[in-house]
Amino acid sequence: MSDLNTAMIEKYRSSFLKEVEANVEEGEWVKMCMQCGVCSGSCPLGKHWDHPPQELFMMIRANKRDEVLGTDSMWMCTSCYNCIARCPRGLPITHIMHGLAVYSKRLGLVQKKQPTAEFSQIFWDNLMKKGRVNELKLGLSMYFKDGFGQGIKNAMANQKLGQNMMKAKRMNAMEFFGGHSVKDLSGFQKMVKKAQEIEEGNLKDAK
Amino acid sequence: MAKIELSFYPGCSSQKGATSSNYLVSAQTMCEELDIQLNEIPDWNCCGASIGYGGGGELPRLALSARNIALSEEHNSGQEIVATCAACWLSTREAKERLHEDEQMFKDANAALSEAGLKYQGEANVRHMVEVLVEDIGFDGIKSKVKKPLEGLKIAGYVGCQTNRPFGIAGESFENPKYLDNIVEAVGADSIPTYEKKVQCCGGALAFSEPEKSQEMIKGIIEAAYDNGADMIVTPCPLCQANVEIYQDNINETYGTKFNMPVVYYSTLMSVAFGRSAKDAALDGQVIPAKKLEEIASK
Repeated sequence: MSDLNTAMIEKYRSSFLKEVEANVEEGEWVKMCMQCGVCSGSCPLGKHWDHPPQELFMMIRANKRDEVLGTDSMWMCTSCYNCIARCPRGLPITHIMHGLAVYSKRLGLVQKKQPTAEFSQIFWDNLMKKGRVNELKLGLSMYFKDGFGQGIKNAMANQKLGQNMMKAKRMNAMEFFGGHSVKDLSGFQKMVKKAQEIEEGNLKDAK
Repeated sequence: MAKIELSFYPGCSSQKGATSSNYLVSAQTMCEELDIQLNEIPDWNCCGASIGYGGGGELPRLALSARNIALSEEHNSGQEIVATCAACWLSTREAKERLHEDEQMFKDANAALSEAGLKYQGEANVRHMVEVLVEDIGFDGIKSKVKKPLEGLKIAGYVGCQTNRPFGIAGESFENPKYLDNIVEAVGADSIPTYEKKVQCCGGALAFSEPEKSQEMIKGIIEAAYDNGADMIVTPCPLCQANVEIYQDNINETYGTKFNMPVVYYSTLMSVAFGRSAKDAALDGQVIPAKKLEEIASK
C-alpha cells in the first residue's frame, strides 16, 4: 500500500465523501447526485461498468472506499459527455470519473494491466517528449506494452491497417525518427513540470 | 463577403503524415473558397485530448491548453481561436472555463506558464470550425459557393460526441442536432434526418485500449448508415472519422459483415461541391475511397 494511500485513510477515516471532495477533480459535486440513474443509462459502455456513475456516487457517500478506488469502472469512460449533457442537476460527471480514476492511480490502487489506464499514461508520456503526439510511436507503444513477443503479434495482426494508413499518407514511418515537435520544448517541459509540482504539492498538503 | 481571420489551432492529428492530415487539407481548401484566413497559433502544443487526463491529472492538463491560448493571445491578438478537431476545441474551451471559474487554478496555471515566459489572460473566444460555418457563413452562404451540387448522394450526418457535447453548437439540441444535415443539404446532397446513430459514441480513445468494446459501437454506427440507404457518412470529428473508417476490415472479420462505407469530413464535401479537385479535397486520404465524390470532382 502506498504511503499516500495510508495517509489518506488515516486522515479521512470517518468520511470518504470528504476525501473525494478535497482530492478528486470536481469531487465537491458528488453530494449533489440525486440517484436518478440517467448517467448510468446514458453511458455508451454502461454495460461494462461494474459500478456505473450513479452507483459510484452512492458508494462514495456510503464510505465504500476500497470498492470505489479499487474498481476499474471509471476507466470505461469514453469522454462522450452524454452523462454531463443529461444530468438534471448539472454534475460534471465525466470529469468526476476522470478525477476518480486519477486519484485511484495516484494512490497506487489501479488494477494491473487496466488497458485504458495504461494507454492514458502512454499517451501522456508520448506527448511530453515533443509537446505534440507522435501517433506512430503511440501505436507502437500500445502494441508492445506487454512485451516484444506480444508486440510482434499485435503488429502482424494490424499489418493491413497500417498499410492502409501509410497508403493514404495518414501514417508516416519516418515519424519513428524524431517527428513533429514544439520549438520551445524546454519551456514546454518546464511549464508542465511546474504544474505537476503544484498539483502534487496540493495533494501532500491534504495529507 | 468580408474576409474572416481566425487564430487556428490545427492539432496533432492534422499534421503531415498523421491520421487526419486529410482533414487539414480539405479544411484549408474549404476556407480558401469561403475567404477565411487561418493564422496558425505559433508553436502550439497537444491539448491532452480526451485521454491525457490519466497521465496528466488536472493542472498539468489545463496548462497545456493555457499555453496555446496564451500563445494565441500574444501572436494572434484579438482573433478568435478556432479548432477543427473536436478534442482540441473541447479541451481548449474547457480549460478556459475552468481557469475562469477557479481563481486558484488561474494563478497556478500562470505560475506554470511563467516558466515558459508566457502569460495567460483567457480573453480569446474559443470556437469550433463548424460554429464559424453555421454562425458566420450560414447555410445560405455555403450554398451560394456551390459550383457542383452533390446531387443524388445520400449522406448520413454523424455528429459524434465531442463536437456536440458538452458545449455543442448554439441553438442545436444535444440529442438531435441538425446542422450537419443542413450542411449536407446546402452542398446539394440528400441528408438523412432519421439517421439514429448521429450522436452515438465511437469509443473515442478507447478504440485503442478497448478495441472489441469500441468496435461493437462502431458496427452500429455503420449498420445504421446502410439501413438508411446512405452512400457515405460525414463527420466533423477526426477521431470519429478514423474510428468509423479504418476498422471496417476488423469489424467485417469479427461480425461477418461486408462493410465498405466511406467516411468523409464536411470539409471534404464542401471542397468537392465548391468545384475543387479530388486532391484539394484530400480524397486521396480515404482508406475507403469515396468513389462518388471522386466522380463529381473529376467532372
